[in-house]
Amino acid sequence: MCIVSAMSISHTLLGLLESGPRHGYDLKRAFDERFGHDRPLHYGQVYSTMSRLLKNGLVEVDGIEAGGGPDRKRYAITDAGVTDVAGWLARPEKPEPYLQSTLYTKVVLALLTGRDAGDLLDGQRAEHLRLMRELTKRKQGGDLADQLICDHALFHLEADLRWLELTAARLDKLASEVRP
Amino acid sequence: MTAHAPAGPHDGGAGAGSLLAASDLHKTYGSTAALDGAGFEIRAGEIVAVMGPSGSGKSTLLHCLAGIVQPDSGTVTYRGETLSRMPDARRSALRRRDFGFVFQFGQLVPELSCLENAALPLRLSGLGRREAESRASSWLERLEVDDVRGQRPGQVSGGQGQRVAVARALAAGPSVLFADEPTGALDSLNGERVMQLLTEAARETGAAVVLVTHESRVAAYSDREVVVRDGRARSMAGAL
Repeated sequence: MCIVSAMSISHTLLGLLESGPRHGYDLKRAFDERFGHDRPLHYGQVYSTMSRLLKNGLVEVDGIEAGGGPDRKRYAITDAGVTDVAGWLARPEKPEPYLQSTLYTKVVLALLTGRDAGDLLDGQRAEHLRLMRELTKRKQGGDLADQLICDHALFHLEADLRWLELTAARLDKLASEVRP
Repeated sequence: MTAHAPAGPHDGGAGAGSLLAASDLHKTYGSTAALDGAGFEIRAGEIVAVMGPSGSGKSTLLHCLAGIVQPDSGTVTYRGETLSRMPDARRSALRRRDFGFVFQFGQLVPELSCLENAALPLRLSGLGRREAESRASSWLERLEVDDVRGQRPGQVSGGQGQRVAVARALAAGPSVLFADEPTGALDSLNGERVMQLLTEAARETGAAVVLVTHESRVAAYSDREVVVRDGRARSMAGAL
């Protein structure tokens, strides 16, 4: 599971450069080791991101090594890049409230069409728990990074399950409100 | 409370290969039906989470399965033998030798050391002190609380006390471990560790675990879940 969204890949690569200049290949490797897990970055993503950062003045070319293949550029972060990383780290992420989720829509539609919304919720609970079991097994066999990543997913799934439980307990009331 | 949940594939009694099974259990406290036709089964070595909202009857189901509480009607069978037909002494011996228990609170004897607590079921089964404490000690080590063996329950943290309780429950080599909200009083980190150690040990010894919990992260350590709602148990998809 890749834990870094596309939006923050550039900031993450910039942050990795703060400890010293690196080639694109080294950056990819450092990223994959810490954040990529089973979904590593493509080389193309790294080089297109570095081109954009270069254009925006957030990194500079520190040196070029000529080799048998294409030239290997070594990138260094600029002062503007350091400021950009600091700003990103200090800025809280926008919480995602998942209002009007698909699950809510399904429950209401089930009630409107006379289907068993309780069955729907039970089926969803089983599916959530199935995934939670997988993550728990993975966590038990993993290192600390794996544990933290799995815990993040587990806590989110747990929040969904609490909602499922609460909704199941309120189905009669919800039915009386949504049915004409 | 009234029953409204439809019967699931396990709602009705013992199937082939079940170690412990219940069929059509009814139990009423005053005018409240705690169990209203609940069924359950578990196989040897299986870990089954019993989930459900507060007051749904999950703890009553555990108590009936363990022979602690007699249902008003319905049957509980262990290895094919009906619990209610056993003489009291036989049922007590079963609870001591074949069943282990872990609860949320207050299960350790405050006057005894952690080691003496862990050795208690073995001593009650007639084992000599030295042998009982030697076995209990290895379980304390296994549960990573060997360092508090000489301390009393009041002198150790909640997480340590709960690990001692798990060691005590497993020391006698039970076939079924009943755990009722075993991490309910612990923080996330301690709760996770207790569940990890408990399930690892149970899988290694082949003990079946009936795990009552309202926490999905705890239930995720099980092989499958049964949901109790309005006194009826329902196995979820992906069961046996």
